[in-house]
Amino acid sequence: MIIEALIAFTFAAALLVFAVPNKYAGKVAFGLSLVPVIGSLYMWSLFESGGNALTGGDIAFETIIPWVEIAGIQVQWFVGVDGISLPLVVLTTFLTSLAIVSAWTPIKERQSQFYGLMLFMEANLLGVFMALDFFLWFIFWEAVLVPMYFLIGVWGGPRRKYAAIKFFVYTNVASLVMFIGFMALVFGLNVETFGLPEITQALANDQLGTWFGIAPDTLKLIAFLALFVGFAVKVPVVPVHTWLPDAHVEAPTPVSVMLAGVLLKMGTYALLRFNFTMLPEQASLLAVPIAIIAVVSVIYGAMLALAQTDLKRIVAYSSVSSMGYVILGLIAFTEFGVGGATFQMVAHGLISGLMFMSVGVIYNATHTRIVSDMSGLADRMPVAVGILIAGAFAYMGLPLMAGFAGEFFIFAGSFGSTFLPYAPIFTALAMFGIVIVAGYLLLAMQKTLFGEYRLETDYEVTAAPLHDVAPMAVLLLAIIALGVAPWVFLDMIFDAVAPILANGGGL
Amino acid sequence: MDPTVVTTAALQSQLPEWTALGPVIVLGLTGLLLLTIDAIWPKRNANTTYAIVSAAGAIIALGITVWYLVAGTGQETHGGAITLFSEAIVVDGMALFFTAIFTSVAALVIVASHDYLKGHENSAEFYSLLMFATTGMALMAVSNSLVTVFVSLEMASLPSYALVGFLKKDRGSVEASLKYFLIGALSSAVFLFGISLIYAVTGSLLLTEISAQFADGGVAGFAGVAGIGVLMIAGGFAYKTASVPFHFWAPEAYEGAPAPVSAFLSSASKAAGFVVAFRVFAEAFMPLLEVTPAIDWALAFAVLAVLTMVVGNFAAATQENVKRMLAYSSIGHAGYALIGLAALTAGGPHNGDVMGAAMAHLLIYGFMNTGAFLFIAMVEYWGVGRTFEDYAGLSQKAPLACVAMAVFMFSLAGLPVFGGFFSKYALFASAVSAGFWWLAAVGAVTSALSLYYYSRVVKAIWIEEPNGNLDVIESKPTGLYAAIIFAAVATVLLLPGFPIALETAEAAASALFA
Repeated sequence: MIIEALIAFTFAAALLVFAVPNKYAGKVAFGLSLVPVIGSLYMWSLFESGGNALTGGDIAFETIIPWVEIAGIQVQWFVGVDGISLPLVVLTTFLTSLAIVSAWTPIKERQSQFYGLMLFMEANLLGVFMALDFFLWFIFWEAVLVPMYFLIGVWGGPRRKYAAIKFFVYTNVASLVMFIGFMALVFGLNVETFGLPEITQALANDQLGTWFGIAPDTLKLIAFLALFVGFAVKVPVVPVHTWLPDAHVEAPTPVSVMLAGVLLKMGTYALLRFNFTMLPEQASLLAVPIAIIAVVSVIYGAMLALAQTDLKRIVAYSSVSSMGYVILGLIAFTEFGVGGATFQMVAHGLISGLMFMSVGVIYNATHTRIVSDMSGLADRMPVAVGILIAGAFAYMGLPLMAGFAGEFFIFAGSFGSTFLPYAPIFTALAMFGIVIVAGYLLLAMQKTLFGEYRLETDYEVTAAPLHDVAPMAVLLLAIIALGVAPWVFLDMIFDAVAPILANGGGL
Repeated sequence: MDPTVVTTAALQSQLPEWTALGPVIVLGLTGLLLLTIDAIWPKRNANTTYAIVSAAGAIIALGITVWYLVAGTGQETHGGAITLFSEAIVVDGMALFFTAIFTSVAALVIVASHDYLKGHENSAEFYSLLMFATTGMALMAVSNSLVTVFVSLEMASLPSYALVGFLKKDRGSVEASLKYFLIGALSSAVFLFGISLIYAVTGSLLLTEISAQFADGGVAGFAGVAGIGVLMIAGGFAYKTASVPFHFWAPEAYEGAPAPVSAFLSSASKAAGFVVAFRVFAEAFMPLLEVTPAIDWALAFAVLAVLTMVVGNFAAATQENVKRMLAYSSIGHAGYALIGLAALTAGGPHNGDVMGAAMAHLLIYGFMNTGAFLFIAMVEYWGVGRTFEDYAGLSQKAPLACVAMAVFMFSLAGLPVFGGFFSKYALFASAVSAGFWWLAAVGAVTSALSLYYYSRVVKAIWIEEPNGNLDVIESKPTGLYAAIIFAAVATVLLLPGFPIALETAEAAASALFA
């Protein structure tokens, strides 16, 4: 029941905030958003890991209610969590609250609509990570796009219309491809429900028949490709990443935080749940091309970041690079690889959230994001800059911070992979990414934060207000905590990942 | 079955048989009552009275219809279809399902028209014409003979022509009305000729007898005549449902007509066309598919469905006028609903599913499309303008109505968040199970395209900056607002509530194929 309560409360909170006067909307929204945080922490405290929800393991907080039967297949309200989804649920609630606080300064108009949409998006994100029925999951998945479209389109920067439409079109086309591919699979399977566990197990038991004259193996391959394309856009990987920098640059800070912190994880989460859990054989077949995409994303994303002059674009492209690591970890298909990738989803969510908040705070103070315009900010805003530097080091993978744990596990897992041919070469190439990350982040920081202060403004640039810095500090603490004690999530992640690997017969 | 249902069922079963026609009778009497009031107390400003009376009539008719649906009147569970007047009339699940659509749309349109008609003369005539048209549609739903089909079709059409031309000082409205009437008259003639050919071949006008004749092979030697008859009748339906190739009137009529009337025509009148098409083809012409493969009307409908989906959606994508865009989109949706006929096969196990899904789509479409046109009605009421540019920034003046409009647009586009997704999915999935994957593919592709032009409206009202023409907005018309919000709530609730719609529709459709 707790999952229903959590989702229903968040929807109700969204409706309530729509009705609150603009002046109080931010505070009310923050107050209400703490309830899901507490709820998800409560779920965490009760959680006992017991395998993977899809491969027949325990499903915590499970509810199944039949909804409607369409063309012989039952759609259900089927929710529950396992060790893969719970960390992401906690990440979602946590980051939404902080993003709401970070919106207090930059969002100046139509606040109640803004915060209402943020909470509406949170409710749907929770649904994405907790739904275990394909149909239900797809409804939540698509429902995330609608608030995001408005959040970018209404509150965004100068080119917001273009960015919002591009985001909407890219992700919707991807969803359609993915949906059709998966439907072909489901119709061929002859399952009775859209329940993901049932579909996964039916696939593992070779129940797939011929469908409209398409042989099972071909059908699986088509479905795998359709799903991969659909999710790759969301992740995003090179070459379908072009919507991301546009969306990030135009989106206001809190929206960028949600976009990088949680929305990108929908893509990697779905890749893990669908492609790698359900169709491991096809993943094995396509291991080399996928690894190439991953490595190209890492290197090319980092190179693009290096070439940017806009701080926000730098952070945006570095997300492409970081997501490449996640894909590499997944395709390695070892316990450390897949587990590390899942951990990295959470770690990157926190770190990129922090980075976008820092850029936002600097922009609030200076009204520019161009690296060459700024210099010596460390003098004027010491606390915010201090946290930014710490966040940048987390991004570079400083030990005892969450980013290090994630990347270390991914590399450890991918280096020894037997699932992926030439694994050591791919790993070695991807590791170069770290060097470039360090390069562009240090370079950007040196230019903007240190040196002589020489920004020309007609007002005094002063330290950021407490409510801007506080969420950054909280994020930094969380990053360090996860870096020092990664096992709080890693144990349950490994527990949920192990059955996938057994299922696929990889290692 | 829970106790309340049993008692209402018991109560209903004690009523005489003719009460099965209750909704039709209530609708007709309400129309007459309006004329009577107008004749006895001819007041110029009795708009509110008429609106209340006609809304009450529509809601009572809706209430009775829903009661019958729940109580099982005319359905499998309670002794099957009720036939009256020597089988010329049949009340069954399908008739009730469609009557529920007509009466809900009529109620929404009446509530919205109250504001729209302020300051217009002859409001009594407007409401009574609306009630008579609804009566005609409700009769179309229960027609079981080609004669009653034709008579009720005319009864629904004639008031519609007058309604389209209701703004008699507006050239656009009058021109639209004339076009609608001329094309309507032509298609009626074609339809009637088709009926006479079928009568010539089978010697009967009752759907059940025609079906029996065809099943016996009575068509032998007259296959050509029967084929032309079927084709002509199909043409008549294509006109009524605004499908290709008889769709030309629709953009003109919907654009020129007062927006509440466009809402009524594009939702209720289209559904009325489908209910007769479903009944006539599923009941009377079904055996042809088996006995006379040469007369493959399902294939004809498949071709029409594809053309209608493609033409409607592509034409909508090129419009600059929002109302015209919606008119073309309603043509596209006729194409989706045509899958309900196109994917039928002789004795196919999925026939009930396919037609049921089309019915469910028409129900949800009834709410989302009516709501969208009523939003247009509100913009017309304000006098803001008609193009996408004129709509820019409306959300800053009327946020709630714009939320509703976003719901309608996304739901019409089939975004998974609202009712429109489920019904489209059910339609495409059942078409796939029936083996018509290519119909589903065309449907999915055109529906992806439709997101482009529907999202243009959302973009205009929410994301664009207002360009100074919104100052004319002074008041918020209560009735229009209420109708729009209600339609939006229904569109949202039909997502969790979709099983009720789909199961009722599938049961009703399956009864036809039993």
